[in-house]
Amino acid sequence: MSDAHEGTGARPAVLKTWKLFVGGALPRSESGRTYQPAAARHCNVARASRKDLRDAVEAARKGQGSWWNRDAYNRGQIVYRIAEMLETRATAIVDELVACGVEQEVARREVEASVDLCAWHAGLCDKVGVLLGSQNQVSGPFFNFSTIEPTGVVFVAAPEQPSLLGLLALLLPPLVGGNAVIALCSESAPLAGLAFGEVCASSDVPAGAINLLAGPRAELVGHAAAHRAIDGLLLAGRPEPSVGAEAADSVKRVRWCDAEWDAPGLAERVRRLDWVEPFVEVKTLWHPVSGW
Amino acid sequence: MRTLDVPPVDAVALETRAAELATRSIKKDAKRAGLRMVVEMIDLTTLEGQDTPGKVRALCRKARAPLAGDPEVPPVAAVCVYPDLVPVAVEALVGSTVQVASVATHFPAGRAPLQQKLDDVRYAVAAGATEIDMVIDRGEFLRGGEALVLGEIAAVKEACGEAHLKVILETGELGTYDRIRRACRVALEAGADFLKTSTGKVSPASTRPVVLLMLEEVRDHYLATGRIVGVKAAGGIRTAKDALRYLVMVNETCGDLWLRPDRFRFGASSLLNDVLMQWVRLGDGRYQRPEDFSQD
Amino acid sequence: MQNDGRSNAESAGSERPTLSFGAAWQYAPAPEASDWVEIPDRRGLFLDGAFVAPASDQWFESINPATEAVLGHVARADASDVDRAVQAARRAQPAWAALPAEHRARYLFRIARLLQERARELAILESLDGGKPIRESRDVDLPLCAAHFFHHAGWADKLELAFPGACPEPVGVVGQVIPWNFPLLMLAWKLAPALACGNTVVLKPAETTSLTALRFAELLQQAELPPGVVNFVTGEGPTGEALVTHPGIDKVAFTGSTAVGKAIQARLAGSGKDLTLELGGKAAHIVFEDAAIDSAVEGVVRGIFFNQGHVCCAGSRLLVQESIHDAFLQKLVRRMERIRVGDPLDKNTDMGAINSRAQLQRIEALVAAGTSDGARVHQSGCELPGKGFWFRPTLVSGVSQADRIVREEVFGPVLAVTTFRTPDEAVQKANDTPYGLSAGIWTDKGSRILWMASRMRAGVVWNNTFNRFDPGAPFGGFKESGFGREGGRQGLAAYVRRPGGLVQG
Repeated sequence: MSDAHEGTGARPAVLKTWKLFVGGALPRSESGRTYQPAAARHCNVARASRKDLRDAVEAARKGQGSWWNRDAYNRGQIVYRIAEMLETRATAIVDELVACGVEQEVARREVEASVDLCAWHAGLCDKVGVLLGSQNQVSGPFFNFSTIEPTGVVFVAAPEQPSLLGLLALLLPPLVGGNAVIALCSESAPLAGLAFGEVCASSDVPAGAINLLAGPRAELVGHAAAHRAIDGLLLAGRPEPSVGAEAADSVKRVRWCDAEWDAPGLAERVRRLDWVEPFVEVKTLWHPVSGW
Repeated sequence: MRTLDVPPVDAVALETRAAELATRSIKKDAKRAGLRMVVEMIDLTTLEGQDTPGKVRALCRKARAPLAGDPEVPPVAAVCVYPDLVPVAVEALVGSTVQVASVATHFPAGRAPLQQKLDDVRYAVAAGATEIDMVIDRGEFLRGGEALVLGEIAAVKEACGEAHLKVILETGELGTYDRIRRACRVALEAGADFLKTSTGKVSPASTRPVVLLMLEEVRDHYLATGRIVGVKAAGGIRTAKDALRYLVMVNETCGDLWLRPDRFRFGASSLLNDVLMQWVRLGDGRYQRPEDFSQD
Repeated sequence: MQNDGRSNAESAGSERPTLSFGAAWQYAPAPEASDWVEIPDRRGLFLDGAFVAPASDQWFESINPATEAVLGHVARADASDVDRAVQAARRAQPAWAALPAEHRARYLFRIARLLQERARELAILESLDGGKPIRESRDVDLPLCAAHFFHHAGWADKLELAFPGACPEPVGVVGQVIPWNFPLLMLAWKLAPALACGNTVVLKPAETTSLTALRFAELLQQAELPPGVVNFVTGEGPTGEALVTHPGIDKVAFTGSTAVGKAIQARLAGSGKDLTLELGGKAAHIVFEDAAIDSAVEGVVRGIFFNQGHVCCAGSRLLVQESIHDAFLQKLVRRMERIRVGDPLDKNTDMGAINSRAQLQRIEALVAAGTSDGARVHQSGCELPGKGFWFRPTLVSGVSQADRIVREEVFGPVLAVTTFRTPDEAVQKANDTPYGLSAGIWTDKGSRILWMASRMRAGVVWNNTFNRFDPGAPFGGFKESGFGREGGRQGLAAYVRRPGGLVQG
């Protein structure tokens, strides 16, 4: 976009309006408001409001059923499709990261790691049950097993940096657990995250299964904590008492991730089954056994 | 042919309920009353190839007065023998309340032409038997010939005349509770006066879950039709403790109407002596030894 | 033979056949002898391996809810007592965690065996103090307690197998608060996994049922468990609050009401403490027309009247398919009449005393106020003892989804009955609650069982059975019934930390 101001005779580029991703569509904020992110002051990004969050929750509740009711194999294929589309659009997304101040080479590696992380999680979709479920050897004439089911709708707040890999590291675990996710992009550098929304829009993701918002983190996290139809919170950062206290009213599953986001080896460190665990529910079934 | 609409039985739940009722603790007066009822409900049985008139007479003596010198112990309900020994039992029981029951219909397998089975029944009734314990044709039943089995039971019932008919389902050969329930329904529909578990010749014979199922069947049949049908648990019940557990099932499933010798029976031989031992123990507080009770 | 089957049939037209019970044969009282179980008037707190008096020297009564007789006096621990307990646990924790895992396992095996050896004594004490029938404390609570320790003993030296590659470490010192409905069983559910994973514990029993925990402390002494590994602080709400908010605690495990659970979650927010909650429930039994009806009746009875209905996973709502509603209810009401209510120590008692006067009042108030106009209340006609806290087995039919009796946890022997027509409607009604602890499905059709089970938003689904428990079977809730599991491999996860894991709060 900086091309627009360079050289004589250059073609004025088409500038992009940065929109949210909610219920499979790419809306502006219902509030009509935009903001200029700290790392990309030249962009007007839709600023999600409390009502946008509410719309996202409604979309997520609908999308969750359609996401979870698919075969796990199909969920895996869709997440792999995300990886494919992300790879295809890698150059463009590297540009968005660079536009937010990330060095070209660092940005390239971050996008590659993000694609790889999607592929890793794609393969996890149909293994969550076998890894976290069990057959239980109970006493008595009963067949007993524990299955895994999603908690429901999980609100994710990405770290500020790395804005794409950090977002995916927190968004993918609840997603592969079968939850619908409402993810808040990095407030200061939301471009790659919102571009990821465009990737999802073209990746067979059922409407509402993934939703992406941008805007003031403190405000939106507070709204999410208070929203009773959100079942879980996965937030980058250190625990904030006020958020957890608000979330307790509907007994939300609340987790904080204070990973060292800038330390080396992040791409490997975020491939964790136990990040899926808090956002799946173990269901134990008892069934009598008899030939009589 | 399968015409009956029979709801399913959950095996584990049925067995759980039977086991739960078996934990009832029957003490003191309740035990005394229970043991007395057990004696009154016994069909004292001998169904051996080597049975003799002498053995039957001894059995009848025991049936009339199970514990010599203790008039509180009532006579048993009936003596149960093969058809050819019915006249012996009838003679030995003259003047008593003890009924003469006879197995018939080609006991224990029931594999004979219907006419022969009916002759068998008529012979026993003519000889003085007041109760007939028939066996169903399990082969026919298992191959799906429920209508035929039903017809046979109805025909036997007619041949019984005034004698009461107990229908032996031989539950140990039926394989599932669902089949046992179907057999119960067939017998109830055909006019049986009693549902009886077993011949005593097949293992398992009577089990508590099976009898619980039969009790539920006769209870619901009564509530639906007003007709009371009895239940006879036969074979494998050897101890007073076990018999009391059956009585608990009767008490808590069917209630007062079935706690009578004409509605619930035990088909047994060695059970009586164990009940008598417990009876004496309750009286004088001492544990007894088997050799003090005559083995008839 | 005087069989009058025929005459009965003839008279059937005039009067509907009815059954009668209890006239022909009554069971004599069969009391479990309890005089040999001595209850000291004051036992104190169990701190650092010894019984000590509370700093305040304050004591409160523990009564037998079946007779209102005082059984003894329980220490009221204040914040300083709690602090002493936490310090003792902190001191003991490093050495306990550093023990060879096999040795830790050995202590748990010892405890399991001691529980078996002293099972009857503990069962009697449990029934005296809590009001539950001896048949249940003897046949359910105590065997499960021992099984729980036995099962977890085997985990102590297999944590690396349970969490492959995750380098599980103990959380540290665990504060545990348990309810009064299964005093010793909840204690076992809490202690066994905590100890197996190398944690030390401060546990607060419920104020109305502390006696078995203190007797269990004697077992720990017999087992020669190192001092400080397990500490018991007795007391009421303030004691529990002092425990869960104590800065020396690394994790809180709470079983109790949803209201208190939410308050604890809010208090712990941002503290970095781990938390697991096992809260209330409002489970539905769903009975389809093709179910094994008598078994379903038994299951529903077991589901709601077990332990006087003081069960978080009690099947307190019955959804019965409309086509069999009347027939099913008839059978259920008749069966309900057969429940033997009375002396908890009588071996033939099916339902004992309500745990406390306060709980009795809560139940009475909800039954009185919790139903709308069309509701019909059926109560068992059983005789109730003169003294103590009692409530008849109760069934409320004709209720609507909005009635309080349908929505709120009664925690008593009260069943709310509604109907449904299709499986979809059954799913919708069963899930129409903020709770999600358990569900019961009664149908003979295998594919429908699995379909229904997969749609229940509940942590435990019993198919053609109910209220079954096993140390190997994870137990816990969806939604506002809490989070975290108890039992099985999944239950261990609440008592380990894995480096790089997420932080709760």
